[in-house]
Amino acid sequence: MELPTFWFVVVAFLWTGYFVLEGFDFGVGLLLPVLSRDEAERGQVLGTIGPVWDGNEVWLITAVGAMFAAFPAWYAGLLSAFYLPLVLVLAGLIVRGVGLEWRGKVRHASDRAWCDLGIMVGSGLPAFVWGAVFADVLYGGAVAALVGGVFSLALFALHGAVFVALKTSGPVRGRARRTAMITSLVALPTAVVALPGIPAAGAKGAAATGWAASPWLWACALAATAALAAATALTWRNRDGWAFTATASSIVLGAAALFGALWPAPLPGLTVAEAASGPYTLGMLTWIGLIALPFVLGYQTWTYWVFRRRLTAGTP
Amino acid sequence: MEALDLARWQFGVTTVYHFLFVPLTIGLGVFVAGLQTAWHRTGKEHYLRLTKFFGKLFLINFAMGVVTGIVQEFQFGMNWSEYSVFVGDVFGAPLALEALLAFFLESTFLGLWIFGWDRLPRRVHLATIWAAVIGSNLSAYFILAANAWMKHPVGYEVVDGKARMTDLWAVLTNSTALAQVPHVVAGAFVVAGGFVLAVCGYRILRERRADPDRTVPLRRGLPQMWRTPMRAALVMTAIAGAVVAGSGDASAKLLHEQQPMKLAAAEGLERDTAGAPFSPVPGVEVPLLLSFLATGDPQGVVQGTEDLQERFTERFGQADYRPDTTVVYWSFRVMITFGLATVGLSVLGLWLTRRRRRPGPPREIPSWFARACVLALPLPALAMIAGWLLSEIGRQPWTVQGELLTAASVSPGVGLGEVAVSLAVFTALYGALALAEAVLLIRHVKAGPEPAPTGRPGAPRTGGEGAGHDDAGTRLQPTLMY
Ligand code: HDD
Ligand code: HEM
Ligand code: HEM
Repeated sequence: MELPTFWFVVVAFLWTGYFVLEGFDFGVGLLLPVLSRDEAERGQVLGTIGPVWDGNEVWLITAVGAMFAAFPAWYAGLLSAFYLPLVLVLAGLIVRGVGLEWRGKVRHASDRAWCDLGIMVGSGLPAFVWGAVFADVLYGGAVAALVGGVFSLALFALHGAVFVALKTSGPVRGRARRTAMITSLVALPTAVVALPGIPAAGAKGAAATGWAASPWLWACALAATAALAAATALTWRNRDGWAFTATASSIVLGAAALFGALWPAPLPGLTVAEAASGPYTLGMLTWIGLIALPFVLGYQTWTYWVFRRRLTAGTP
Repeated sequence: MEALDLARWQFGVTTVYHFLFVPLTIGLGVFVAGLQTAWHRTGKEHYLRLTKFFGKLFLINFAMGVVTGIVQEFQFGMNWSEYSVFVGDVFGAPLALEALLAFFLESTFLGLWIFGWDRLPRRVHLATIWAAVIGSNLSAYFILAANAWMKHPVGYEVVDGKARMTDLWAVLTNSTALAQVPHVVAGAFVVAGGFVLAVCGYRILRERRADPDRTVPLRRGLPQMWRTPMRAALVMTAIAGAVVAGSGDASAKLLHEQQPMKLAAAEGLERDTAGAPFSPVPGVEVPLLLSFLATGDPQGVVQGTEDLQERFTERFGQADYRPDTTVVYWSFRVMITFGLATVGLSVLGLWLTRRRRRPGPPREIPSWFARACVLALPLPALAMIAGWLLSEIGRQPWTVQGELLTAASVSPGVGLGEVAVSLAVFTALYGALALAEAVLLIRHVKAGPEPAPTGRPGAPRTGGEGAGHDDAGTRLQPTLMY
């Protein structure tokens, strides 16, 4: 594989990891008021992501950093083209981050309520905007962006609800399962519209060229939708682990369809080859990345292992 | 007013703001890790309480460092797309390495530290905080190497109007970076040292006032608990101060070779001068000092802004290559005096709290010294900001010295309105959060550490791997989480 191609795959991998991991953080934050009734339960719900959300967010930082280093023109073009949406994403990530970190350090219930609001808004905003931005790149146009935003919001909410069901016990788990079922009523139809629907109707963006050329991308989109349906069924059947695997697979497949369509032109008029840094830079980054990435994956996995227990209300 | 002006304001505002929190993360993290190590080694309960107390202050601050940092990474692409395209091949590499090698380490292990008190064996738990602070310090290195490249580009060639990296090692061992990294990191330790001194000073004053009869076991009026961290902070600040001065001197010599315009502006020197004097304040001149600082030779020639302007015009074409001399001049002085004031305070404090020769209780920390520590709190942070103003405004009008002008760096497709909106959003958000963080920190300092579960404060516990530690860990634990 040529270096630019390889690095395109790396960038796609990092974004995918980001969506899978921070996807459930967003869902948990967004659904906080729905899933918990009192302070002990709020602690229980947030405790599911407490130790990991910051590490998950670094997937975004690394994805964007890798884009900057490997494809400067893609990085610069994408970020300056979606200027105001990204201001919203950043504002959301800011209030969410401080909300999560400060929540345990404030004394008054009213301050805690502010933190909860920050967590909720700060999770919902990026969850929506990321979908809108990538739908716009993929399909072009405001309607597509709106559908994409609603889709990613619902998808991440479902992913988060399923995650909470997997990581908790007691009343919160029951509520998370019910919420997952209800969320899937929004997520499934929008998935049908957003994934196979819009491109089938004829899109203007990257999908118009990318998908038309490749049956694989159609397969990914359809499989992503099917995985969502499976997640709903598995939640119904009380198979929390499998349901979570299904929502995660759905995100992976959706991201595969997305980045597949962005190949070979991630922005209109800009190919991966044109955007790429020189072979020297890419080569050096490849070596360092190949050595470092296994360690990162190792200790992140270990973190999930350390915090593998289901949480009950009241005990941290 | 153009988009360029606002973009510059936005970069200045968001970066300075990010850098308010960064030094505290870097320095205080090591301090907290040190306290936890002391607890691990000695088993003394008050080290654990101090770890949690300063740990909480550290985490409140860390949150702001993280969320403001994300803005920085996006900003290059959003506001400075021409710059990003030009430098990405070189400049993006340290940024990507920073995320991969430093940020993952920092945030993953900090999560483990916060939530791992009763999940991890004590030794492993201690290792997590050290891994996190190694991450913070590593991140400083990578980002400063990137920043140094803008001042002194090395290891690259320009192909088709873009910089192409030819030597990563040269970029990572840029002489400018090797002077800048110790300077900024040691500066961060001065900031953190000053912060700890202020907190300890405040607690000492408060506990003395609250307990005029000295019923709490004190040694000659000193709340014993605060002596240890105060001494540690004094040592840390004094040592860091020496590193700051040494590396600052090295930076000045590099400026003479690499960025003579900045050096000239920092002194307000207009003409090439042999045996140039240094003026600590306008009107007062120390003869030959500038030449000596810049070249190591009291009679050395230092170039002046006007002569440099002529040379630059000849080399790069018609433009104004002089930075804002007033800002650069004053930031240089503020950096040195404010920063060294805190270092001076720490040396004084070391003398005041020195051990007695004869056996007996250690010396008391005088109340006036505690008060001075509180008042000195903002000084090192202001010195840091002044240092960055010197460094960044002094580089103007270039973003990459000799290669790319700031005016040519800005995103062409981004309009005035968009930048105005984002500047307004970030300014409002940052203002509100700064207030909230200040209130939060003050409340926690006022509340003080949690009371010791048993016995008097500072009572030693039995050491070793006994169950006592784990109990204490669990009992004090929830405060760091939700
Ligand atoms: C001298 C050190 C230094 C300097 C000059 C900068 N930073 Fe910074 N940055 C840090 C030292 C640091 C840190 C100490 O490592 C932080 C502070 C709090 C934290 O979590 O890490 C951090 C956080 C931080 C984060 C969030 C990391 C996370 O989520 O864990 C990002 C994305 C950046 N920074 C990016 C930048 C960029 C693009 C800068 C250039 C304009 C920049 N920083 C200047
Ligand atoms: C790797 C780190 C850094 C990089 C790459 C960087 C890069 C830049 C760039 C691209 C600009 C825009 C040009 C301009 O506005 O004039 C700028 C300006 C500026 N930077 Fe930095 N900077 C870094 C670190 C910092 C830090 C940590 C601070 C201070 C806390 C800082 C303070 C400023 C200020 C105040 C300006 C505005 C100067 C002006 O517009 O006159 N920079 N820097
Ligand atoms: C003897 C005292 C000092 C001297 C001679 C000195 C010298 C310098 C010089 C020459 C620069 C500009 C380097 C460049 O632009 O390439 C600089 C930058 C800077 N200084 Fe200092 N400094 C001193 C003390 C301090 C102190 C006490 C602090 C903070 C606590 C500090 C913080 C900074 C920072 C943050 C920068 C910007 C980063 C950089 O460019 O290295 N300095 N210093």
